[in-house]
Amino acid sequence: MSTSSPNSRVSLVSVPALAALSAALVGLAIVFAFWVAPEDADQGISQKIFYFHVPIALTAYACFGWGAWKALRLLWKGDEHYDLESYVAIHQGTIFGALTLATGSIWAKASWGHWWVWDSNQLVLFLVLFLFYSAYFMLRFSIEEGPRRANLSAVYALFGVALIPVSFFAIRLAEDFIHPTTFTRDGPQMTGSMFFAFCVCWIAITMVAYTLYRVELLGKRLDANLRELREILTA
Amino acid sequence: MNYLADVAALARKDLRLELRARDTLPAMLLFVLSTLVVFHFALPTGADEVAAQGLLWVALVFTALLGLARAWAPEREGGALEGLVLAPSDRSAIWLGKSAAVFVFLALIELVALPAFALFFSPLQAEAVLGVLLANIGICAVGTLLAAMAAASRTRELILPLLFLPLAIPLVVGGVGSSVSTDPGRYLLFLGLYDAVFAILCWASFEYVVSE
Repeated sequence: MSTSSPNSRVSLVSVPALAALSAALVGLAIVFAFWVAPEDADQGISQKIFYFHVPIALTAYACFGWGAWKALRLLWKGDEHYDLESYVAIHQGTIFGALTLATGSIWAKASWGHWWVWDSNQLVLFLVLFLFYSAYFMLRFSIEEGPRRANLSAVYALFGVALIPVSFFAIRLAEDFIHPTTFTRDGPQMTGSMFFAFCVCWIAITMVAYTLYRVELLGKRLDANLRELREILTA
Repeated sequence: MNYLADVAALARKDLRLELRARDTLPAMLLFVLSTLVVFHFALPTGADEVAAQGLLWVALVFTALLGLARAWAPEREGGALEGLVLAPSDRSAIWLGKSAAVFVFLALIELVALPAFALFFSPLQAEAVLGVLLANIGICAVGTLLAAMAAASRTRELILPLLFLPLAIPLVVGGVGSSVSTDPGRYLLFLGLYDAVFAILCWASFEYVVSE
């Protein structure tokens, strides 16, 4: 490990400030989603989950993309702190991916009466991605810590961002011979206030993800530093 | 071309090893035939031919997995991978040579499995065979790289299907589409696209899988 410890990088905004900001934004998002945005004429109250389900899904994509970007930087520069950043981003992405599956499932039950519908391309894509990224953790935790593990995890993370569009196309193509779509996904257009509420929710969820990313990174770095210290003490 | 000569030498080495030891090919062959027999009992009367066409892809993917799990076994057991990595040639040649060898294995198995499928279930269209060929490229390209990853982990064979199956889903979609759809062209095009994207990705990233 290099002497200019990679585990003590500082960032501009402190984590407590970020946490306070995200909490405030989530509160604002709830107000906007439930009280400011008008109730959907067609789906009623159950449509409100849209304001959380879609931003969570978009955030999960962003996390996977961020993790792959860090992985690319790792392979490019060989700087080992990118490994932890890539891992934490993918970890957060997987958590948000699981939340997407959960909220999507609730929405499916509320509007179509089933907990799982294969007709929803987004949900199927997230199931594939969830399985893919779960295997990422299996791979990572079955290799000794070190540059080898960092490289393998990074390559697999890069495969993930290639898999997202390819799977998206594949699921679209499969509609043809799996079963015809029984309902349309493009409902009525969002009104202005609905769209505004959606944007507020999106920003809030993204901030939550970023805060969690920073908290986990902080914890993991602290852990690594502590281990380093302990090794020095016992040596 | 020096690079291609390296690739050919590596692929030839794998084929020769298999010719002498004969442990992977017979196992794959027996596996795919047994699977087809299992499918006969898994498809109740009244299940249409289309269902069998879909199941063929399950058999092919799992047979490929069986071969892929053994793909790096000679290198691992002989400790030869370090030597190959240190050899003065491009490291991606190791991947390409191995993929070519796995492709030959898979094609040989399918030379028996596809006629057997036609005999047991229903005849295959030319487009379906073309789909199998295109999917083979993707299976070998991605599978060989993932098998090298799995070989570096503690859990080895256990982890390979977990890594491989999510990536194989688009191949299954393309393959099944090319066998059952009325417009197989789109699916073949999709398979070609998949092969191109992932072959380039594997080719570029293999170096990081084997080096430290």
